[in-house]
Amino acid sequence: MLILRLLVDPDRVANTAPTKHMLSLLLQALPTNAAPVAASNANGAGSPLTAYWPVMIFFVFAIIFPVLPIVLGRLLRPNIYQKEKMRPYECGIDPETEAHDRFTVRYYIVAMLFLIFDVETIFLLPWAIIFMGDDFTFTKFALLEMFVFLGILVLGYYYAWRKGALEWA
Amino acid sequence: MANLLALFAPPNVINELLQRLSLSPETINYVVWPFIQIGAVVTAIALWALYATYMERKISAFMQARLGPMRVGPWGLLQPIADAIKLLTKEDLRPDKADPYIFFFAPFISVAAAFIVFAVMPFGPDWGVITDINIGLLFVLSVSSVGVLALILAGWSSNSKYALLGGLRSSAQMISYEVSMGLALIGALMFARTLSLSGIVQAQGLDSIWYIFYQPLGLVIFLVSGIAENNRAPFDLPEAESELVAGFHTEYSGMRWSLFFMAEYAAMIVVSAMATTLYLGGWYFPFLWRIDHAGYHSLFVLLSLVVFIAKMVVLLYIYFWLRWTFPRYRYDQLMDLGWKWMLPAALLNIALTAFAVFTVQALDGWHGLKTIESLTRGVNLTWQGKVIMVAFGIAGLFIAAAMLSAINWRSRDFNLKKQRRQVRLVSPPQGQPAVAPAPSES
Repeated sequence: MLILRLLVDPDRVANTAPTKHMLSLLLQALPTNAAPVAASNANGAGSPLTAYWPVMIFFVFAIIFPVLPIVLGRLLRPNIYQKEKMRPYECGIDPETEAHDRFTVRYYIVAMLFLIFDVETIFLLPWAIIFMGDDFTFTKFALLEMFVFLGILVLGYYYAWRKGALEWA
Repeated sequence: MANLLALFAPPNVINELLQRLSLSPETINYVVWPFIQIGAVVTAIALWALYATYMERKISAFMQARLGPMRVGPWGLLQPIADAIKLLTKEDLRPDKADPYIFFFAPFISVAAAFIVFAVMPFGPDWGVITDINIGLLFVLSVSSVGVLALILAGWSSNSKYALLGGLRSSAQMISYEVSMGLALIGALMFARTLSLSGIVQAQGLDSIWYIFYQPLGLVIFLVSGIAENNRAPFDLPEAESELVAGFHTEYSGMRWSLFFMAEYAAMIVVSAMATTLYLGGWYFPFLWRIDHAGYHSLFVLLSLVVFIAKMVVLLYIYFWLRWTFPRYRYDQLMDLGWKWMLPAALLNIALTAFAVFTVQALDGWHGLKTIESLTRGVNLTWQGKVIMVAFGIAGLFIAAAMLSAINWRSRDFNLKKQRRQVRLVSPPQGQPAVAPAPSES
């Protein structure tokens, strides 16, 4: 709301006492000699927490954007209730049972395998970044560590394969 | 000429305008500028989602020697607008048995998850990027995987059998390929040495090489997994229209249905933009920096944006190309490809890249050989180091092919020809035919 009002009438917003206070608090949190956002972005070495501010704005945009056509369409589209129309689609045959039935256990196995490997990925991300350093002894150590880590991972993968967890049918 | 080029200075013009409105520079930098950039990006994605349908129909038409949409506007250029109006005026059905709230919100989650990722995409240098957070890649991976939730919620809440099957299938498919997608990125990260997306692009610029040369195997794995992650053909199992009607969005209609499609097309851009950033050098193009050094900074940024978009469009064309080239996979083949081909290949890629990086660093200073230029920002290699690294990259393709065929040798679909030869049910005709040909009268 503050942002919208800022856009409409910046002077009035800036001069009213409560918003002035809020604004000054907000600005204190920001770096004082900020170059344009994009320019300060240019260094990838590490960005301040304020870099997340545009992400927040984008979040609001991304929530509002899909709502607009739905609301707009509400004024245009017909809305006629017919019982036949509101049945679940089943090739023209009346559905006899609920859709929420049992389904194959394979989906659970896939979900568990995904959990394991996705966590491994997150462990590997920071490792990959610091792997090649100026210190060669560290690189040797990191390579060994990674091979041990991947070795354990591959062992589990081999076990899962032999147990038939990767077979679909 | 110089006056003409001075016109390419939108940020300065807008900055001056905003400062006259007595806004503080902080407000301009952190509130107004992101608003302008985000508005531009959201508009661009919406337009892309509209015209991707047109592009898809035209490309598929040309591949099949047809013309595609030609009636609405010149060359059918207004067809997407007509489609959008049609979808706006269509009734928004909700089945009686569906779970009303989840059914209502699932498309919003889908679109939001696909859109928020664009906040950190490095479309260009300087003002070409909305924001650059230091864990950009992790942010993209984590936010884009929220899209799976939307699909499974949509499939479950519809209370329709086709929708439920489609939702389950698509979620299983997406999480399977997400693993190899995440693992494929790690090879490129070893060279970039940062998770910030702008930092990854700049590391490629400083090393003056695109990581596709270091990581050809990684790019292949990433693209295949990305296409499977987007549920696009030939991996469009969840929406296999000849089998599952329409998959998870069977019960959706009108605008709510088109939101799912918008999310799908946005996710396509996300994957192409990520591949461009990580492997194709982002907005870098040879000799483009000369424009910047000549003093035309804004023109340089604009051209960089064009370069980035051009690289993305090439990758997006591959999507449409593959769709009309390959038949759809069977579901067990799809799972095999994900877990038995892509995942081992991604693990092998990590091991090989780590070994290559180790070798290059070990060779530095050996018999006067110099491989590493500097390690301050990313990895800067000398030409000797680059040659070794590229050789490792190309060798990786062959090693991966050999290893994958070795471990999948006994699988059902690998050597179909050999199996057919072994299990030959009908033997070919041998010897003389049963009925002798009638002797000719001569």
